[in-house]
Amino acid sequence: SRLVQVSKNYRSVIRACMEDMHQAALSARDPALQSQYSTQVSILSAMELIWNLCEILFVEAAAAGPLMLRLLDWVRLHICDVDNMVREVLSSENPSKHELFWNVVDVFVLQGRMDEARHLLSKEASANPTSVNMYKILDDLMKKMPVPSLGNTQTLTEMELKWQHWHEECQRYLQDGTFASNSHMESICKILLGDERAILERKELMTTWYHFLVTRLLYSHPTVKPMELRLYAQMDLFLGGESSPEPLDTILMAAFEFEMHQVIKECSIALSNWWFVAHLTDLLDHCKLLQSHNLYFGSNMREFLLLEYASGLFSHHSLWQLGVDYFDHCPEYGRVYLELHIERIPLNTEQKALKVLRICEQRQMHEQVRSICKIMAMKALRNNRLGSALSWSIRAKDAAFATLISDRFLKDYCERGCFSDLDLIDNLGPSMLLSDRLTFLGKYREFHRLYGEKRFSEAAKLLLMLMTAHIAPCSFWMTLLTDALPLLEHKEVIFSAEQTYELMRCLEDLTAGKVDKQKFQQSNPTSARFQDDVETTKVEMLRLALARNLARVIVKEGTLEGS
Amino acid sequence: MFVARSIAADHRDLIHDVSFDFHGRRMATCSSDQSVKVWDKSENGDWHCTASWKTHSGSVWRVTWAHPEFGQVLASCSFDRTAAVWEEIVGESNDKLRGQSHWVKRTTLVDSRTSVTDVKFAPKHMGLMLATCSADGVVRIYEAPDVMNLSQWSLQHEISCKLSCSCISWNPSSSRAHSPMIAVGSDDNSPNILAKVQIYEYNENTRKYAKAEALMTVTDPVHDIAFAPNLGRSFHILAVATKDVRIFTLKPLRKELTSSGGLTKFEIHIVAQFDNHNSQVWRVSWNITGTVLASSGDDGCVRLWKANYMDNWKCTGILKGNGSPVNGNSQQGIFNASLGSANTSLQNSLNGSSASRYFFPPLDSPRAGSRWSSHAQLLPPPPLIEHSCDADTANLQYAHPRRRCVSRPLNLLPENEGV
Repeated sequence: SRLVQVSKNYRSVIRACMEDMHQAALSARDPALQSQYSTQVSILSAMELIWNLCEILFVEAAAAGPLMLRLLDWVRLHICDVDNMVREVLSSENPSKHELFWNVVDVFVLQGRMDEARHLLSKEASANPTSVNMYKILDDLMKKMPVPSLGNTQTLTEMELKWQHWHEECQRYLQDGTFASNSHMESICKILLGDERAILERKELMTTWYHFLVTRLLYSHPTVKPMELRLYAQMDLFLGGESSPEPLDTILMAAFEFEMHQVIKECSIALSNWWFVAHLTDLLDHCKLLQSHNLYFGSNMREFLLLEYASGLFSHHSLWQLGVDYFDHCPEYGRVYLELHIERIPLNTEQKALKVLRICEQRQMHEQVRSICKIMAMKALRNNRLGSALSWSIRAKDAAFATLISDRFLKDYCERGCFSDLDLIDNLGPSMLLSDRLTFLGKYREFHRLYGEKRFSEAAKLLLMLMTAHIAPCSFWMTLLTDALPLLEHKEVIFSAEQTYELMRCLEDLTAGKVDKQKFQQSNPTSARFQDDVETTKVEMLRLALARNLARVIVKEGTLEGS
Repeated sequence: MFVARSIAADHRDLIHDVSFDFHGRRMATCSSDQSVKVWDKSENGDWHCTASWKTHSGSVWRVTWAHPEFGQVLASCSFDRTAAVWEEIVGESNDKLRGQSHWVKRTTLVDSRTSVTDVKFAPKHMGLMLATCSADGVVRIYEAPDVMNLSQWSLQHEISCKLSCSCISWNPSSSRAHSPMIAVGSDDNSPNILAKVQIYEYNENTRKYAKAEALMTVTDPVHDIAFAPNLGRSFHILAVATKDVRIFTLKPLRKELTSSGGLTKFEIHIVAQFDNHNSQVWRVSWNITGTVLASSGDDGCVRLWKANYMDNWKCTGILKGNGSPVNGNSQQGIFNASLGSANTSLQNSLNGSSASRYFFPPLDSPRAGSRWSSHAQLLPPPPLIEHSCDADTANLQYAHPRRRCVSRPLNLLPENEGV
């Protein structure tokens, strides 16, 4: 019954959609658009028709008795061709004089709406006193007609018995010629008796073969069992060989025959959207109906259809998010489909990328996370947005790329003397450890900050540590040492003796390594010599500064306090 | 259910290949006019040419995109016996305003002595690698060890196929159970019964590619070949464009105990063969989930093939190259197939001289991948999203004067077999 509720929800959604479309159709000014909307309304209405029938037959699995009532409701809900006529007659001043009066009465009778039929007939009776007797009998018959009850007030057998008696009574009145003088009433009596020909004569009031089916059942076999429906469901009588069945007919017929798979198959062919078939199949699967039909591909079909539907959602710029949920509910292939689709979503904006990433991270799709971050990092790098590139590569946990970007930052610094994206670098936190180069970048920036805050001794310590702990790449040592110069030349002594010795050692290590380099610079002698000159000057300056610092610090450290 | 749109490509000669990028928002075309053009899709769905430049000194046969993890990179191959790798340079801001971008050549691969007929990048998990094949029957595999330096490529493997090659396809599977694999198709025309499709697999032990299989049943010239994306299957699916459309499955057999790490042999089955084109089939292309195959042929049509949940393959759509529908249906085609224009004989229809025809889904964009590919949702999109059901009619309830209720079919796709 929970599933019946779900089914009803689906139908109300379809109806709401239909209503919206209808409004849109009414308010549309462009006739092409209007016809498009109208078409949509028709399709939605067909969908609801089919769904409703499936709900009655499969989801609710109405048993004999209630089945009849449900089918009657179904017909009444979906045959509205006659509504206008009904309205017209009912709202006229003198309904019984209206030329369509009897048509409306017949409509009510055909749809089993006894009370309404009787109400109209009473108007006729009061207008025509001569037929009062006939009317009273007919009215009585209609009042007494046994209907299946929803509650447990009577069993089927009881109902059948009552119905049999009633049927015989109607028969007697007809054969006695009670209604002979009024053809309309006579035809109504025949309809009550389930006379096929009489019912068929009112074809145009029923408009569809399934209306005919339900009417026939109501008046010949109201206690019909679900499985017996297929015996009664046929179109030929109604169509009379004039037209051939159309997709909607085939679908409904398959439903009456309880061929669920056939229903799904026909719907897939006829409807242009996977929505209907996917959701209906899913519902039927939840009702455990597909498996019970003993076909091994029951649950696979559900998944197959859901995958189709969800895949379709992914081509939409925002509905792809719904697709994710659908894939989550496909146990076999959902995950891999999601992996394949989610990578391809165009990442036009950062927000979209972040949204996609969150979805991947929630599902531990590490490879997709890495790939998406790498793509974003690459895009940022190409556009020279180093900060963005760096944060993406940190997110991708891509050490190699992080190293590359850190190198770029450092290169930028060397060229321009300042850092870009300070915020990012300052707040790296533990992600600094992703790559050595990145750690260096972070620490180097910290050095600059300390220097800026005039916390010189801390800055000095950090600077030294960067070299001695080999966090700094050798190529950068010269720059670091050059950074140390102002600290060495500072009026206050900052580096301790030990630290100064360390610095000296670093410088020596560095220059020792440079000897080999000279061999390679033979090819470009002029610039190499220029470089050499610059290098030599720097080295000399450093040596001088270091020596001077050493001198001062020895004195300082050797001096006793307070003397 | 399809809508066709035409783009005036302005190539001055036949267009031989069309390739979409990974996300389906960029497209590259190449032509006998020796140039490559790059097209970008704007927010409102229009395609604009953002670059057009001469790439070779002969007809350019194929063009393909690298995975966006490597940046914006293209490779092209040509009759001039070379293949080239191109990278997009982010231009000055005034260039961007004009909507133009620049592509620079990063490297030229000159090892081939004959026309280079196909170039394809390897799956991204293999790094930055590509394969070329030439008319002299040699497949070459190159690698760029430093992905940031696209000018350094080294020739890693040379595979001699003995038959003139026309197309290659990498197996996209990144599963550890599968070694790198490449399929090579040959369009050798001399009358022989040699297998025109060969499968080469990388051997971890010998560190070389060796022939793992030859599809003996394919003896007609092969024009295109494509592995389907792997959805975690143990077996592979390969589509072949020859005188008809064929789909093969290759199931790896258990490796011999004696040669562990040796070649796997395959159990080959043909799961579908379609001659609906009734003429040479020139291109085949998969969507991103490997559930739909698109093929184009000399009959000027593009056909879509899909397997239902019982693994029966059927045709689910036909599109004429000039955009008109087939079967007199009043429907139009929405479809994304940059399928091949590689019909030398179909000069004006598919991708003839000046126009490039493309078909797109009504919603957002074609999914990525080269050519057709990645169009996961081929078939009718969900109606709630767009007015896709133009011709779907089903005038069910409103205003029908006839005695029976339903007046028109709900929707019919040509040759649609549905589920």
